Amino acid sequence: MTTVSNAMDDGPKPETGIRLTEQQLRARRSRSIAIALALGAFVVVIFVVTLVKLGANVLTRPM
Amino acid sequence: MSVTLARIEPSIAGVGDYVALLKPRVMSLVVFTALVGLLIAPGHVHPVIALTALLCIAVGAGAAGALNMWYDADIDARMLRTAGRPIPQGRVTPGEAAGFGLTLAIFSVVTLGLLVNWVSASLLAFTIAFYVVIYTMWLKRSTPQNIVIGGAAGALPPIIGWTAVTGGVAVEPIVLFLIIFFWTPPHFWALSLYRTEDYARAGIPMLPVVAGEQETRRQIVLYTLILAPLGVAPWLLGYAGPLYGIVSIATGAAMIALALRVRAERQGHAASKQMFGFSILYLFVLFAVLLADRLWGGLAAQAVSHFAA
Repeated sequence: MTTVSNAMDDGPKPETGIRLTEQQLRARRSRSIAIALALGAFVVVIFVVTLVKLGANVLTRPM
Repeated sequence: MSVTLARIEPSIAGVGDYVALLKPRVMSLVVFTALVGLLIAPGHVHPVIALTALLCIAVGAGAAGALNMWYDADIDARMLRTAGRPIPQGRVTPGEAAGFGLTLAIFSVVTLGLLVNWVSASLLAFTIAFYVVIYTMWLKRSTPQNIVIGGAAGALPPIIGWTAVTGGVAVEPIVLFLIIFFWTPPHFWALSLYRTEDYARAGIPMLPVVAGEQETRRQIVLYTLILAPLGVAPWLLGYAGPLYGIVSIATGAAMIALALRVRAERQGHAASKQMFGFSILYLFVLFAVLLADRLWGGLAAQAVSHFAA
């Protein structure tokens, strides 16, 4: 646990911030890529299923 | 005035740790049995819709696995078989696993409902809730019938696969449900016979821990005697061909023979290990032959109609 005083007049100093280790940076990068791929896959699934369900009607846009 | 903040440790969890939370081996069996339910169902479903249904079922099963690991982190840390999982190893926090599991559970159910149908989505939601709440949170720590009743969650995927095509339930997927349901106790009890100390150390009331080895061996035989005829039922009911009939009778007889060997075993656990290994093969072979039978039957019917035309 960290105790933080509310007397932070000088603002946060760079050396007090969290420094990620090389391993943490690598892990975060791999997680970010996986999330991006999963979201991309989800978008593709929704897109393809929309085409399959609507078929040619996908072009029908009643005003 | 001072404010106390919890230190936020940057995560070291890699993608592999999150994949491990999904219990990929369990997931593969779930997908396989759901695929069989989907393919033996009457009627037609677009391949993209079928793939979407399988994807949702897979993700839903993974979500249930992650939620199980979140809740069971204390037990997992005390068992040799599970001590290497991401939460006991400290690579993923319980909160991260819970958030991951809940997000995937909601996404899988809603996506299945919106893109396939709500009967399947309701069944998937029920399966996840049953596995997490009824089995993991309640039965696992309180009764030796934990895996008997909890096995219902693992047995539901063929029904979900079937409803993805038909929108309703019928006898055929219920028989598949019963096969997996009665397969689960002998499968897990065979494992628990040679992991008794592990379960006892974790305080899980598995049958060998609570009722002893002899009673467990007796019940393995009883459940296998129910399982073997159920395994033949798809052929007897007419929705599987003679190849399935022959294979199910032969493998069912082998299961009974192994169960009797487990019953007779007095020293060591060679028969229990053999039973555990063969039980996986048994279920896989039954469903694979059912699948091949249906695909082959479909191709043959197409060929006949082609030549008749």
